[in-house]
Amino acid sequence: MKLFRPLLVGLGAIALGLTAHAAGGAKHAHAPEKGWSFAKVPAGKLDKESVQRGFQVYQEVCSSCHGMKLLSYRNLGEPGGPFYYDQYPNANDNPLVKAIAAEIEILDPNPDENGDPVYRPAIPADTFRSPYPNDQAAMAANGGAMPPDLSVITKARGHGNEGDGASYVYSLMTGYKDDKIKTKVGDDGLNVNYIEFDEGEMVGTLTQPTGLYYNPYFAGDTTPQWDGDPRHTPYGGFLAMAPQLPDGRVEYIDGTEATTSQMAYDVANFLQWAGDPKQGQRKSLALPVMLYLVLLAILLWFSYKRIWRNVEH
Amino acid sequence: MSGHESTYEPKTGIEKWLDSRLPIIRLAHDSFVDFPTPKNLNYWYTFGGILAICLAIQIITGVVLAMHYTADIDQAFGSVERIMRDVPYGWLIRNVHMVGASMFFLAVYVHMFRGLYYGSYKAPREVLWLLGCIIYLLMMATAFLGYMLPWGQMSLHGANVIINLFGAIPLVGEPIQSWLMGGPSVGNQTLQRFFSLHYLLPFMIAGVVILHIWALHVPGNNNPTGVEVQDVEKDTVPFHPYYTVKDGFAIVVFLIIFAVFVFYAPNVLGHADNYIEANPLVTPAHIVPEWYLLPFYAILRAITFNIGPMDAKLLGVIAMFGAIAVLFLLPWLDTSKVKSMRYRPVAKQFFFGFVVACLLLGWCGASNPDNAIISMGEDKLLVTYTDAAGLEGQRTFEDYAPAAQFRDEQVAAGGVAAMAIQKAPAFTFKILSQILTAYYFAFFLLILPILGLRERPKGEPDSIHHSVLGHDAPAAAPAE
Repeated sequence: MKLFRPLLVGLGAIALGLTAHAAGGAKHAHAPEKGWSFAKVPAGKLDKESVQRGFQVYQEVCSSCHGMKLLSYRNLGEPGGPFYYDQYPNANDNPLVKAIAAEIEILDPNPDENGDPVYRPAIPADTFRSPYPNDQAAMAANGGAMPPDLSVITKARGHGNEGDGASYVYSLMTGYKDDKIKTKVGDDGLNVNYIEFDEGEMVGTLTQPTGLYYNPYFAGDTTPQWDGDPRHTPYGGFLAMAPQLPDGRVEYIDGTEATTSQMAYDVANFLQWAGDPKQGQRKSLALPVMLYLVLLAILLWFSYKRIWRNVEH
Repeated sequence: MSGHESTYEPKTGIEKWLDSRLPIIRLAHDSFVDFPTPKNLNYWYTFGGILAICLAIQIITGVVLAMHYTADIDQAFGSVERIMRDVPYGWLIRNVHMVGASMFFLAVYVHMFRGLYYGSYKAPREVLWLLGCIIYLLMMATAFLGYMLPWGQMSLHGANVIINLFGAIPLVGEPIQSWLMGGPSVGNQTLQRFFSLHYLLPFMIAGVVILHIWALHVPGNNNPTGVEVQDVEKDTVPFHPYYTVKDGFAIVVFLIIFAVFVFYAPNVLGHADNYIEANPLVTPAHIVPEWYLLPFYAILRAITFNIGPMDAKLLGVIAMFGAIAVLFLLPWLDTSKVKSMRYRPVAKQFFFGFVVACLLLGWCGASNPDNAIISMGEDKLLVTYTDAAGLEGQRTFEDYAPAAQFRDEQVAAGGVAAMAIQKAPAFTFKILSQILTAYYFAFFLLILPILGLRERPKGEPDSIHHSVLGHDAPAAAPAE
């Protein structure tokens, strides 16, 4: 090992230096200050009331553009879901879930006996209604950008650590710089939105393209819109979704004050549940399994010691 | 070991009846109960048993998953999520299978490095090593096929990258490519054949594992001293109960680590992009394979130069497959008579260097090749301009303000000017992966053949029981 010790030390130093060197790309998403209740070790639980409020935010805000095609209304009333109650073990009997579904009119997957399409109120067994009939319609309505399906969005962002995806949603929804946007009249006589930066070496002006919105947490490239040192471009990129959660955007049924960060927190919790509805079951099974395995390992260790006690090895 | 007499005595009538017709109980007894095993095996030797468990776990969970999975590009992504959501304990089965692939590779790498360190590939165990290499190759193929099945973004675009590699092979490349894809591009037919083969290969692995165990039981286990068993009485203990209990303990410890991933971080070993449904029109920013294939990916990308008529792409493919092929030649590349690196002080250092090189190659595989590891100096700004008179030129600046001023002056004077970043010279991942790739091949093709002839090994112990009783130098390896 002598030969390689200096090598290893050097490599360690490089790895350390690298963490400081990383720059550009999207800003690292962060959890809200109070953290995520579901990410606690060893048996974190989703904040059920927050998931309920998050569903309200989804219904009233997100669902006008984003579908959740992997979810059915019944999921809301299944164990671990936001509207599960012990007296209704079968989600199809859950009056809350039935009421939520019944408010929504869907196109029945089956036509009537004449072959004509049937529109009817949804039942718990139906999948969430999609806001657009197809991807093309979705893109056409959003300036060519496709609003992603949100069913597994919390698993599709971050690095697979518990809470990465929820932190992304939270950071993105609270990360818009709308309070910093200034407007001037451009060369062509039209209004141009821009943001002035003065953060350390990141000094300059970022022009927001028409119909797009700057967000430091959105993966993208700000270089073409940046008037400033190209070595220090702002984090993030531009997305077609305008800021959606100004204070008071929804009126919570439970009376909670609907601030931007509260709504972002709630909708992130809801999407966290939706991305992995069985996470509660997973967390509650974890501890017994770990205990069992550790006890078995201890027993085997002593068996091993006993069996080998008379053997030199 | 072959040659040791069977101690199995059928006791009941049915055992006697069966023993004279199909002595399968005798075979099991001689292989896993009374099999003489060196008494000095350390914990690095428990990974064979761990791997058998991994294979069983993957096959059992895989068969159940196949009952619910739909191999169709429109439904595959949704069907995997349905398993997680609607199949009773489907989330557990799927997480175990997904994490299990990583754990399988983790175990196989430890197993292979152990074989490398203790010279387990040397006579009389060459065939044992070759069969192991075949299993490893089949494992990589199975894992690659399986990664395609959830039909996420990485599934599709990763498969595209790998299949395109075959296109670099002259003459036969393109036919192989379209045969793998089943058509002109990766599509539904590709998914279906990948699913079919993903179901087939594990059973081929199981078959080769049987041969692997057979080839192990003919010469018997190697051991940390590398000295063959001389006296069965003094040097060995029966496999059961001595090694069943020791392997059992190691397996349960391994399962604890396994369970931590399954229950607390099932997605941390994968890539988040694979939870975005595959879309041929959108290419992910960085296409990376699963972690266990990263070193080979780094070797592939390390070759960025042409040699004679062969272009970089073909050379990269050759290097990548060569990195695996060289493992098959190992028994004949290592010229040393001494098996265990415990007694090869110089080879041991090169071995640890090799382990570090493999880990760093993994790091390179995960990183952008052009990114700097160590930057020499600061990035500068380069202003390229054509002035009003039509003269072209360029100037570099340290700071932004004068660079912008110069650019604006040129434009104001009627010329054209643009600013770009002039990267400082840097030690990049590309260079590191080239150095490591060179070391990877040098280790097998130069160091092991030459060192075996020139090195002066330390004295090996006379026998396993001498070594156990402390009649040799203290062991440097993590002995037990």
